[in-house]
Amino acid sequence: MTTAPQPITPPSSESQGNRIPWQRIAMWAAVIFTVLFSLGPPMWELLTSIKTNDAITADSVVYIPSWDQFTFEHYVQLFTLNQFHIYILNSLFVAVVSTLLCLGIGAPAAYALARLRIPGERLVLTCVMGVTLFPYILLFLGLLRLVQFTGLANNYLALIIPYTAINMPLTILVMRSFFQQLPKDLEDSAKIDGYNVLQMLWQIILPMTLPALVTTGILAFIFAWNEFIFALTFITQESMKTIPVAAAQLGGTSLFEVPYGPLAAATVVGTLPLVILVLFFQRKIVQGLTAGSVKG
Amino acid sequence: MPRPYATYPATHLPHLPCHPATHLPTYPNQPMPTLALENLTKAYSRKVVPVKDLSLSVGNNEFLTLVGPSGCGKSTILRVIAGLEQATGGKILINGEDVNPLPPKDRNIAMVFQSYALYPHMTVYENIASGLKLRNMPPGEIQKRIQDASKVLGLDPLMDRRPSQLSGGQRQRVALGRALVREPDAFLLDEPLSNLDALLREQVRADLKQIFERQKAPVVYVTHDQTEAMTLSSKVAVLSEGYLQQLGTPNEIYKTPANQFVAGFIGSPQMNLINTEQVGGAVLLGDFKVHLPEAAQSHSTVVLGIRPEHVRLPEEGDSQTIRGDVFLVENLGMSDLVSLRVHGDENLVIRSLIPADATWQREDLELAMPPHAIHWFNPETGARIE
Repeated sequence: MTTAPQPITPPSSESQGNRIPWQRIAMWAAVIFTVLFSLGPPMWELLTSIKTNDAITADSVVYIPSWDQFTFEHYVQLFTLNQFHIYILNSLFVAVVSTLLCLGIGAPAAYALARLRIPGERLVLTCVMGVTLFPYILLFLGLLRLVQFTGLANNYLALIIPYTAINMPLTILVMRSFFQQLPKDLEDSAKIDGYNVLQMLWQIILPMTLPALVTTGILAFIFAWNEFIFALTFITQESMKTIPVAAAQLGGTSLFEVPYGPLAAATVVGTLPLVILVLFFQRKIVQGLTAGSVKG
Repeated sequence: MPRPYATYPATHLPHLPCHPATHLPTYPNQPMPTLALENLTKAYSRKVVPVKDLSLSVGNNEFLTLVGPSGCGKSTILRVIAGLEQATGGKILINGEDVNPLPPKDRNIAMVFQSYALYPHMTVYENIASGLKLRNMPPGEIQKRIQDASKVLGLDPLMDRRPSQLSGGQRQRVALGRALVREPDAFLLDEPLSNLDALLREQVRADLKQIFERQKAPVVYVTHDQTEAMTLSSKVAVLSEGYLQQLGTPNEIYKTPANQFVAGFIGSPQMNLINTEQVGGAVLLGDFKVHLPEAAQSHSTVVLGIRPEHVRLPEEGDSQTIRGDVFLVENLGMSDLVSLRVHGDENLVIRSLIPADATWQREDLELAMPPHAIHWFNPETGARIE
């Protein structure tokens, strides 16, 4: 370091090779730390899932498995012994149906709340907000009684209905603010052009709403996919369980054996669809989240 | 609440065809009106009534401009004609048929919005074609109409772009194209120029004039800009507080404003409007007498109106002049807008447009007020005295 600070010259310039570019170092350190911090646990799970049991329990920790410690046996076991494909299908079914229901009911409701002059609109909105205030676990106790009363236990509806209901406020609020900032002239113009209401919703409004629908849809899907307590309690039949429950109930051959390998594999299998989903729709999500911040 | 201008019922003006059905026979040269409003009223509640008992007509090849300050109900009128709002009373006749019960799509009208309202997810071509496709027009005809409109508007290179890739002026042209290809029974334009910058606005205004001169269908154009109203229209309707103040050609509106509101609203710089009292067949402007016409002699107080462009430097033979001291000169380029305090009344200010190349002095300037350029209004009703 030179004695006098010279802030005008870029610190990494060639002529001052002895200078250390602290700013860049700090930034990259922060980037690396953030990446490690958030990707570390998933990476650890991924690595564990492809290690042999010996490598997992070895005294000296094996980080990267060597060639002879590498195996797919946990995955194979997951799908042969534990029938994981059934749980995946269960989860997929419940999550897809509840997401579609959520969008199918929530989006029109949001449109009505945004566009039509409904008496008591504020009251409706307050109620919608109010639902989100309840701690999840309180809802759970009430829902348990309801499930018992209606005999919906061991029925996919016992999961689909609560998931849809819990995601509904978010859907309505997000979609409503999105609809509000759609210019009204567009709808007027469509009416004059000759679109009837259905055509207008389908050909004009929907294409413009797609980013918002995808964003809220993915959030709803992730919630339904990950949900644990309802799925654990309302469904007891083995063939109807969802991934989080099935993963948690993976048992070893004895009471004292923790099946680290299969657990890790189950985690990876359970996360993969979400990762794919988000990557696939990434652009749309960003559009949806930033919609409204920029006009146009 | 007093309505100083609105109390003057437009229906009493002899030169106004306010009830087209009954007045038409007296206008044999006028084309059959294809768009007519009869006693149109739109009320949102008992107190909010943006359109009050409006009657007017627009014939083929006519360009009607609705002009007025914001909140005068002009946009509402357009939306009611389009069917986007339901009329509370009266009739909307398109080619003689009452379209009131029809939804917008069955009225065969085309509208251009201030925000252009282009569909963002469609290309320019799809935007223009959408209204035609919905009417099950054969593809060949659609293509032909779009080509025709595109030639007029210069849209050819833009056809595959999306609205987000266009400039404001280009979007404007696409919106116009979407209306033109429809070949509707009436064009409705809602302040189509107000989102453009000043230079472009002037250019598009000229384009608009040329484009719609070639269209047969009547045009209703809403604006708050009086220059647009004067330059574009064959007919101007001046509105205030939901009432029609005057309906006439731009010339009539400018030369014989029906009331004080129209006189003050149309014309830039604004007309000098001075409240005065009658003294023996004349009124006094400071120390100077202005002769009252016979029709105005029965009023004890009158409003004198004269446009700044008619207050000029005196020439030989001018009998009616005033004198005063100039206290403000605004340079408008080709002329100076001069504000003058009239001798004898400190509070009396008269503004005059004087050509920039004229020579004059600031102290004790003499200006002529030709009698034929002076308008007289009833101070209570605002109505013109003739």
